[in-house]
Amino acid sequence: MPLIQTTHGEMDESLLTKREGTIDNDNELTTWVEYYIGDELVHRSAHVTLKKWPDGLGALSAVFGQ
Amino acid sequence: MANSQAFCSQAKVDLMNGLHAFGASVIRAGTTKDSFKAALYLASASRGAADTVYNTTGELAGTGNYTQGGTAVTNATAPTLDGTTAIWTPSASLSWAALTSSGAFDAMLLYNDTSATDLAVAVFTFGSQNIVAGTFTLTMPVNAAATALLRIA
Repeated sequence: MPLIQTTHGEMDESLLTKREGTIDNDNELTTWVEYYIGDELVHRSAHVTLKKWPDGLGALSAVFGQ
Repeated sequence: MANSQAFCSQAKVDLMNGLHAFGASVIRAGTTKDSFKAALYLASASRGAADTVYNTTGELAGTGNYTQGGTAVTNATAPTLDGTTAIWTPSASLSWAALTSSGAFDAMLLYNDTSATDLAVAVFTFGSQNIVAGTFTLTMPVNAAATALLRIA
């Protein structure tokens, strides 16, 4: 089993409880993975893939002429 | 044939390349392309259109393997045109490894690290994230008229 970096150092994945999730909308595709020891969150990573910035929100400063 | 008013397409790219200066003076730090950085901001911060320069207000603390000031942006692809829209997108993902964020964050400030004052370029938001002993990766959108990170339409 692979080793996972945690708040307690590297641990064998088989010793941890794994949870995964996805957010998929018009603006981003995000995947995340969490590892727990009991109720303690010891690792969380996330990968955000940007798709398109909505007009009128934070990216408006980067979109001229609209 | 008739005349038609237009924002000349190439001029949009030229703006991105700093070839037009409508202000009273132009002060540039160099004659080559500028270097840009990306910094992460807490969900509780108030970054946005009013930002003029990079600063640490609301930025992730310099703990948990995060360095304030952010990370360098890879810029291997020059601004170009897609149709009549000038576009530019960083040519690589941004990544922070072995990170434990000082809190939940949901924004990235793109700023000009070459400029003497670290001029702000744009703020981009995403779903709030909290990283624990992990990796945060921000993958750029497709460099096209409808999706590029910076667009002049």
